Amino acid sequence: MREIVYKLRAALAMVFLAGATIFSGPAIADSSGVIKIPTHNWSSQLVGAEVVGELFKKVGEKVEYVPMDSQTVYQAMADGDIDIVHEVWEGAFGASFDKSLATGNVIDLLTHDAVTREDWWYPVYIEEVCPGLPDWEALAKCSDMFARADSGGKGVFIGGPVDWLKHDAEKVEALGMNFVVRNAGSAGAIWAELDAAVAQKKPVVIFNWSPNFIGAKYPGKFVEFPTHDPKCTTDASWGVNPDALYDCGNPASGYLKIGVNKDFEKNHPKAFNIAKQMNFSGPDIDKMANYVDTDGMEIPEAAQQWLKDHKSKWEKWVK
Amino acid sequence: MTESLWERLKQFWFVYPFIALWLLKPITPNWGVIPPKSCLGGCGSIEGMIPFVDWVNNLIAVLRNYEILPGISEGKVGLFTFREFTRYLANLIDIPLDFTEALLYKGFETIPLGPLPWVMILGLVVVLGLYLRGISLAILGGSCVLYLAIFSLRGIWTLSMKTLSAIAVSVPLAVLIGLVLGILGAKFKVVERILNPILNVLQSLPHFSYLILVAIFCGVGAKAGVIATVIFAFPPMTRLTILGLKELSSEIVEAGKMSGCNYWQMLFKVELPGARSALMLGINQVIMQCLAMVVIASFIGQPGLGHDLLARLQNLRLGQAFEIGVAVVFIAITLDRYSQALVLKQPERSREGAFWLRNPYLSGAIVIVVLSVILSFISSAATQLPKEYTISISGYLDLGIKTFTTSLFVPLGIFRDFLLVYFFMPTKAMFQSLPWISVIVLVGCAGWKLGRFKLALTVMFFVFLIAASGYWVRAMITLYMVSVAIIISMGFGIPVGIWASKRLNRTKLVLNICDTFQTFPSFIYLLPAVMLFQISDVSAIFAIVVYASIPITRYTIFGLRNVPSQIIEAAKMSGCSESQLLWKVRMPLAFPEMLLGVNQTLMFALFMVMIAGFIGTVDLSQEIFRALSFNDGGKGLVIGLCVSLIGLTADRLLVEWSNIKKRSYGLKT
Repeated sequence: MREIVYKLRAALAMVFLAGATIFSGPAIADSSGVIKIPTHNWSSQLVGAEVVGELFKKVGEKVEYVPMDSQTVYQAMADGDIDIVHEVWEGAFGASFDKSLATGNVIDLLTHDAVTREDWWYPVYIEEVCPGLPDWEALAKCSDMFARADSGGKGVFIGGPVDWLKHDAEKVEALGMNFVVRNAGSAGAIWAELDAAVAQKKPVVIFNWSPNFIGAKYPGKFVEFPTHDPKCTTDASWGVNPDALYDCGNPASGYLKIGVNKDFEKNHPKAFNIAKQMNFSGPDIDKMANYVDTDGMEIPEAAQQWLKDHKSKWEKWVK
Repeated sequence: MTESLWERLKQFWFVYPFIALWLLKPITPNWGVIPPKSCLGGCGSIEGMIPFVDWVNNLIAVLRNYEILPGISEGKVGLFTFREFTRYLANLIDIPLDFTEALLYKGFETIPLGPLPWVMILGLVVVLGLYLRGISLAILGGSCVLYLAIFSLRGIWTLSMKTLSAIAVSVPLAVLIGLVLGILGAKFKVVERILNPILNVLQSLPHFSYLILVAIFCGVGAKAGVIATVIFAFPPMTRLTILGLKELSSEIVEAGKMSGCNYWQMLFKVELPGARSALMLGINQVIMQCLAMVVIASFIGQPGLGHDLLARLQNLRLGQAFEIGVAVVFIAITLDRYSQALVLKQPERSREGAFWLRNPYLSGAIVIVVLSVILSFISSAATQLPKEYTISISGYLDLGIKTFTTSLFVPLGIFRDFLLVYFFMPTKAMFQSLPWISVIVLVGCAGWKLGRFKLALTVMFFVFLIAASGYWVRAMITLYMVSVAIIISMGFGIPVGIWASKRLNRTKLVLNICDTFQTFPSFIYLLPAVMLFQISDVSAIFAIVVYASIPITRYTIFGLRNVPSQIIEAAKMSGCSESQLLWKVRMPLAFPEMLLGVNQTLMFALFMVMIAGFIGTVDLSQEIFRALSFNDGGKGLVIGLCVSLIGLTADRLLVEWSNIKKRSYGLKT
């Protein structure tokens, strides 16, 4: 017994010693020397991240690309683990971005010229069997076509993952459409549904957004709901249904922003100077995605290609 | 006859209270059907009876800002909080990581040394294979390296090196942590008691539930990936260390004592070497687990194959993702076979003659290093295979997948709708109709039957925690998918296991297929599943079945092949036919092993049901993803623990059942 106590004491002493050695160094490793840019899993973002990184390198900064989940990244940016998120989509990441802004550790730096649209979308061949599209009332009349074995006779709309916070279910209810919303778990699952449906020329209506690679691969259109108005989501009496919110489409021009950590300016003034002048247009984002998705380039090649083709544009930012 | 029927009915007494409560549902008050919400922490503000989520979030908030050693903070150490402390520790991982990264793909900054040339890696892997086992292993290792190099049109080589550099840090770290905890567990009963439940929880906790916590307390990037991987990979090492040290034969220990070993000599010179095979099995498990984490670790910043795989999948590039998946399998199997060979390696007779005759493999390795350094000075093609010589067959793979799915759309569409309407939807409705008190009573009675008071109380407590957390309804959907998947997996895995156990070459074949499917990143077959079965329970359950069939197949083979040969001889002597031998002798004796297989099947199914959330299911996984996007660490952890508790409940019951059976057959004392 005494032996055990003795050993325990020795062990404790060792732990203490180890702790002491660790803490005699600097308490926190300083990682501000390298700019950390997150990479997600869609092409325009991956190419854009590389472009941003290359621009920072031109003024002598060091850059590291960190693969990250596109939602978790906002926590990481607020914690200072990520310096810049250059594609903040209003629809998909607005909520997470707002939460990170609320911590006071993230700055809403600027809004790109590119606008984003996210809404219900269908491949174009459906117009042949459901006349009147892209109007939403025509779609509502064709709801049978979209029914499935497990949907109880209602049409199925394939929505984005629940955490994208779309109000599709409310929209269906407010507009009195005979549809149910089935949330995909990932973008990949939406594309797989679309791909299978197109191969069989079967009716399908999915959540889609632009710009992305789908537009180039499968011709299709957004469903035209009553035009979005700020009142639509705040004032029930507005719109076709006087008793409900969300009786309209999503904004046809959502923002695309750049967010940075609050210390970015202090730690990397030169890079910050570039970042605050950056501005991607809609065609820029399209091109970055298309280099990869239609032309089959790899990410670094595509970034170099964009830089080569848009010299006059980025040279102004780097000045 | 009637009496035996009565006896049989009596055996199943434990289900009757459950059935009674279920039938009484119409007159059950509402709080007995769905767990009520309580007013703890404010009415209406919490999901369940007990505000676990708030508690965990408060704890996280406190830990974030809690100051350790506030007294010292005035000194040179500076002010630091608990979070800064954990982050500091996490940053230490960057030290070995910087080295492996430099060695494998970045090159060193301070000294003019690039990353290892691919020819050198190829040569060394082949020589090591020859040394460890011989030509067959060398061929496996060589073809793995060649695959990575040649199929690198889209950069698989560099990606693999990124993954390997993280694996090279996480495997030793997980082994070290597992080993130390295992030794402590074997030496001190108290430690084992504390460790056991923790290991159970860690092994069944879905990864997504602790990723946010890792991001908060350890940051993001390759180091965070390593930490998440280690958390998942070390438990089997600890378990096997404890097992190995405890089952050490007493002769070995006696011999050590007789030769006057002190405590440390005893440990390092006698006990650990004596437990070598268990330890090596532990290392194998660690390697497999680490590679299973490749994709998930990329969620918090691990670069490499996993991140690229996800990116290609999200753009529906299945062929390219498939090539990456094959790379992961190749790496996993190669590492696994090499480490197995290391266990079985017998000491060789020392040779005589010159240095290169005495150490042929070492000299070979030296020659390869020198040659490849020279080669890489002559041509950069030796450093990394130039793009012109690399290939990708992803175009053909895409075409193959497309043809395959297109030709199956119609028949599988009918099959899918049939399954949904006549099987899955009614089963789901049944699970959802179960009052929660009836479920608690069922596990309680089953626990009582198997292990009396203590077991009954434990499992009832587990189920109560799920009910109290406020995620009961979703947990029942998870349970429904997992149960259906397990039944299908058994219907598939047991016959395959029986077939495979009959001959050794079949066994080998099937076990290899099992290894492949276990390490092949499961994300890849989610999308073909969606193409064939749409976003429905069918595709989710299909994906779970593919993965969950592995353990039940393995354990069936294992159980059937390990029936003591004397018993089989005796049965043959008494004139059993082939089918009698199987059904009357081997199957009953393999039954306890198969129960453990079912237990593992459940664990695999729970692991996969979370990943099936990427298809789009409305169970616990969807809530975890929601928590992940809102950085709600507390909610993520609580839901993760719900999943874990489902696993633990079944684990307790099945293990106890298996032990009772084993005892009754005299297989275990």
